[in-house]
Parts: sequence; structure tokens; C-alpha cells
Amino acid sequence: MGRFIVRRVIQMVLVMFAVSVLTFLIFNVIPNSDPAVRMSGRQASESTIEAIREEWGFNDSLPQQYITTMEKVITGDLKSQFTQLSVGKEIVKGLPRTFSLAIGAALLWMFVAICFGLYSAVKAGKFADRFLTIIALIGISMPVFWIGALANYYLGFKLGWFPNGGYVEFTEDPIDWFYHLILPWTVLAILFIGFYSRVLRSNVLDTINEDYVRTARAKGLGERQIMIRHVLRNSMIPIVTLWGLDFGAVLGGGAILTETVFDLQGVGQYTAEAIGQLDVPPVLAVTMFSAFFIVLLNAVVDILYAYLDPRIRLQ
Amino acid sequence: MADALLSVEDLRVSFATEEGVVEAVDGVSFDLAAGEVLAVVGESGSGKSVTAMTLMGLTRSPNARFEGTAQYKGTELIGASEDELRRVRGAEIAMIFQDPMTSLNPVQRIGKQIVEQIQEHEGLPDQQARERTVELLERVGIPRARERVDNYPHEFSGGMRQRVMIALALSCNPSVLIADEPTTALDVTIQAQILQRMRDLREETGAAVILVTHDLGVVADIADRIAVMYAGRIVEEGTLDQIFYDPQHPYTWGLLGSITRVDKPRPARLPAIAGLPPSLANRPQGCHFRPRCPHEFSECSKVPPLEAHVQGNPEHRDRCWLSVDEKLAKREVLPGEIGLASKEHAPA
Repeated sequence: MGRFIVRRVIQMVLVMFAVSVLTFLIFNVIPNSDPAVRMSGRQASESTIEAIREEWGFNDSLPQQYITTMEKVITGDLKSQFTQLSVGKEIVKGLPRTFSLAIGAALLWMFVAICFGLYSAVKAGKFADRFLTIIALIGISMPVFWIGALANYYLGFKLGWFPNGGYVEFTEDPIDWFYHLILPWTVLAILFIGFYSRVLRSNVLDTINEDYVRTARAKGLGERQIMIRHVLRNSMIPIVTLWGLDFGAVLGGGAILTETVFDLQGVGQYTAEAIGQLDVPPVLAVTMFSAFFIVLLNAVVDILYAYLDPRIRLQ
Repeated sequence: MADALLSVEDLRVSFATEEGVVEAVDGVSFDLAAGEVLAVVGESGSGKSVTAMTLMGLTRSPNARFEGTAQYKGTELIGASEDELRRVRGAEIAMIFQDPMTSLNPVQRIGKQIVEQIQEHEGLPDQQARERTVELLERVGIPRARERVDNYPHEFSGGMRQRVMIALALSCNPSVLIADEPTTALDVTIQAQILQRMRDLREETGAAVILVTHDLGVVADIADRIAVMYAGRIVEEGTLDQIFYDPQHPYTWGLLGSITRVDKPRPARLPAIAGLPPSLANRPQGCHFRPRCPHEFSECSKVPPLEAHVQGNPEHRDRCWLSVDEKLAKREVLPGEIGLASKEHAPA
């Protein structure tokens, strides 16, 4: 198990390197124009462009350019061309907000999806299953910005049950923090619940017909034990992969719409604003940052996978 | 039999399918005495596995219909509630399945899978259940059982996994062990080891065994009594010697004729019963074996009852209209073996 983890971490470093090269190429090399011009924003003066070219070393060789860019990203020495604020500091400021959203929503969607998926599979073909199927399809079909806006308007503004967007630090007031996050969590989770519960349902239905489930039944175990100890654990393996990827994406600022609709001021919303202003340095940094979380969570998933399925540890 | 441990009476299992109602088990009756080994023999689709599964309440298709009774120590098993069945499963009647490669949960340590059953039925504390598990694994012949108890199924070979399954089945000292083709998925040398182990364990535990198999070679090794099934019915039932040395039903003749024998000169071609078993959805009227039987005559369009025909052997019963003398005359006696003459126009 230890060796497995070490190997996985080395792989992760290699993948991060590849991602950084790709990101660098996509931002600075592939677009067919002067990167300094693109980076300096609209109506920049000749001297500003020249200063940026000098700062980013756009006259150097490509490998040197890559090193300069990565130095800037890693040391956090990037400034928004628009606000002149440090990108690193802005991301760090947004992190607790994004993490709060991501962790809460990921736990919520996983838990509810397991309940729905399992129940749906047990009642396969019956009314409860069909009902949950329809609910899941509705959940998958509703865009986040729309349902988020509706929830905000009716539950937040009209009825006043929930705060109308915004965020309160956990350290300031945990209850208010929770209260502010209920709607964003729910809205973000709805899509994933629909999707995950469908996947889990079909996995469970496959697993139920396995010989070892029949063995479990022949042992005289109760239905609940059979489902949880024998069926669920074997059905969870594909779901865990999905979960790792999605959770990583949301952690890395992927919940752009949810963060923006509820004005959470997290990394996602920061990204959205930077994109809107064609502000290259923040977008570059956030891209690397998101990629890092996706790669990291992928490694975590593989390790978790090895825990769930002992057959994988051997290879 | 009044002292039967398990008494099955006119068991019928049918499935509603798109091709109509399939009667997989069509009026099967038998008794199982404590400590005896009953072999249920038949081709694929003869209903032998469904019979075994149904006794455990493991035939779970929503399209299945059950009739008849199966009394275990006075408890009715057919149509019993899940709760009642749970108390019987594993503790009173245990089962060994055909494919040891897929019958164990791949993500759970084998020890835990056995401990789970012991604790379910006897509520032993962890340490004691674990000790019993190690003992069981030693008894079924798993070397270094104390270390192996924490291994996962994929770390065992097929034969070893079947031993684990046997240990699992024996873990709560069941009175009846149902073994559904326990050696079919194993190679021949391992088969012999597993059978030897099952024989030894039967001596030690005194559990009655229902051995479901298509392999008469396996049966000859271990069975006390044999029930031959064909297309959902028992066609002949008797002791090992009665079936092997004085078979009454032409289907049994055919089965016996198609065994390879190492003590006889090898025939150019192993004799086979002509034709195929009938589709269960569309079985012939009367005797189901009729279309493949070279000795068919007018009487055969009526269902023959399962009755004793041989004088002085009331426990040797068969479903055939031929008289005992006719059978003696028609039974193909090749030098030293019993076979079935070929039927010219058997259905393919």
C-alpha cells in the first residue's frame, strides 16, 4: 500500500508538469499574436506592452519563457493587469469560500445520491424508482444559473427563508456560515445527485446479480447487511472515481456559476470576473490551480480505490 | 419416511417467460434422512439447481411461482417469510455454489466473510468467531490458515476458494448441506481433493448432503442415494447400487452408458443419448423422455407415475411404463456395461 501511494504521487508530479507545459503553450504560444499585447489588455500604451514583454521575457527562447511563467505562477508573483492586485492573494482570499462550498456540496451530493441510487435499485421498476428517475432527470436538466436564480429569488428574496447570497466566515459565526451556504450547497448538489444516483442505481442492479450476493443471502444475512456490506461497497467503485474528478473540479474553482449566482466571492467567481475582463494572469493562475486539484483528487481517488478494491493493490 | 430431516412433497416451480410458462421443477418429491448423501443428477436444465435453490428460498425471480411443500424439521420452507428463511439459511441448511471464483465477495477478507455468518447466527464475540474460522479453514485443508484468514479471495486458487466456501458452509454446523455442482468449475485433480474433503467432513459432522451434479463419476464416489432428474421431474430414484447396477429408466441407462471407464477398452466414440433435452416451455406430453427413447410405445403418451417396480425394493422407484422384465430384456448389455441403444429418429 505504501509503495502504491509513493508511485501514485510521482505520477501526479509528472502529470502536473505536463499540464503546466500545455497551459503555457495554450496561453502564450498557440494564439497567433504577440502575447504581450494580449496580456496588457485593451488600449494599452506602447510602453506598457514593452514593460510586460520585458517582465515575462517574451523575447527569450520558449523554454526560458516557460520557466519565467512558471516562476511567476508558483511564487504567486502575478498581478492582475486590470486591478493590479496580486493574483495569489486573491486566490487565497477566495479559497475558504470555495472550499466551504465544495466540501459541503460534495458530501451532500454523495450522501443523497447514495440514498437515492440504492433505494431506486432496491425498488427497481416500482413507482418509487420511476419517481426518483424523473426527479433525477429533472435535476440533471436544470441549469445551475437558472435554478440558483430561482432559489435565490423565491427562497431568499421573496420568502426571506435564506440570506440573499453572500458569505460569512466560519470563524466569525459558524451558524451564519452554514445558513448562508445551504442554498449554494443544495443548488450545486442537485445536478450531481441526479447524475450520481442514476449511475449508482445501475451499478447496484449489476452487483445484486453477482454470485457473492447470492452467497451472502445463503449465509442468512439480512437484506440491509447484504445491501450495505456486499452490494454497496462493490457498486461504489465507479462512483468514487466520478466523485474525485468532480470534487477536484469544484475545489479548483469549477463552480463558477454557483459562486457567481450566490455572490460567494470564491475562486470560481474570481475566475469569472477575470475572464470577463480578458485579464490573462488570473486566468492562467486559476487554470493551473484547478488542474492541480483535479490531479490531486485523481491521485486520492486511486488510493481510495485501492482501499475499496484490494485486487488493485497488487498491480 | 417419518424420520426425514427434510421432506419435499410435489414441489413445482414455474417461471412466466415470453415463450410461456416454463415449469422448471414439475412435481419433485424426495426425503432426506439425517446424515445421508442424496445425489440429484441430471443434464443442464433438468431443474436440479432450481430445486436446490428453491429449498433455500434463493429462487428470487419475480416471475417465479411455487407450489408444493418442503418441510425441514417440521418448518415449511416454501413460501416462508424472509425472516424465517434467514434463520434456516446458513445455520440449518447451508449451500456450496458451483463457481468458487465468483461466489466470494472480492473486496472482503475471507475470514471476515466466514465470521460474518457465525456472528449472524450465533452472536459470538469477534475473537471467538475468528478462532472458529481459523479452525474451520484448517479442517477444510487450507495450509497456514492463521495467516490466510486475512487474505482476499483473489489471493486463493479455485480449489482453495472452494475449500473456503465449504468452510463457510460448515461454519454453523448445518444439518443439511446443499452442494450445487461443487466440483464442476474445478480441474479434475482438485475435484478429487474436494470430494475427499467433503466425504471426510460428512463423517465428522454427520450433516446430510444434497449433491446436485451432472457428473455420475462424482456421485459414485460419495452418494448413498441418487435421484435422476429429467426435464423437471425425477425419473428414477434409488440407492447408489440400485441405480448403478440395476437402472430401471432408459434415461438412466443412457447416462450410465456415456461414462468413460478406465477399466474397460475405450470405445471409438463415447456413446451419447441421441437428441437434446426438450425445451421446458414446450415439453412432450406424457413421458418427457419419449422423443429420445428407443423403447417408446403407445403407453408413453401418458405420464408414468414414480413407482417402485423391482420386487422387494420399495425405495427403488422410476417413471417408466415398461415392465421390469421388458426392461431387463431391452437394457442394452454390452460386455460389462449398460447403455442405451440408439434411436433412429431422435429430435435434434
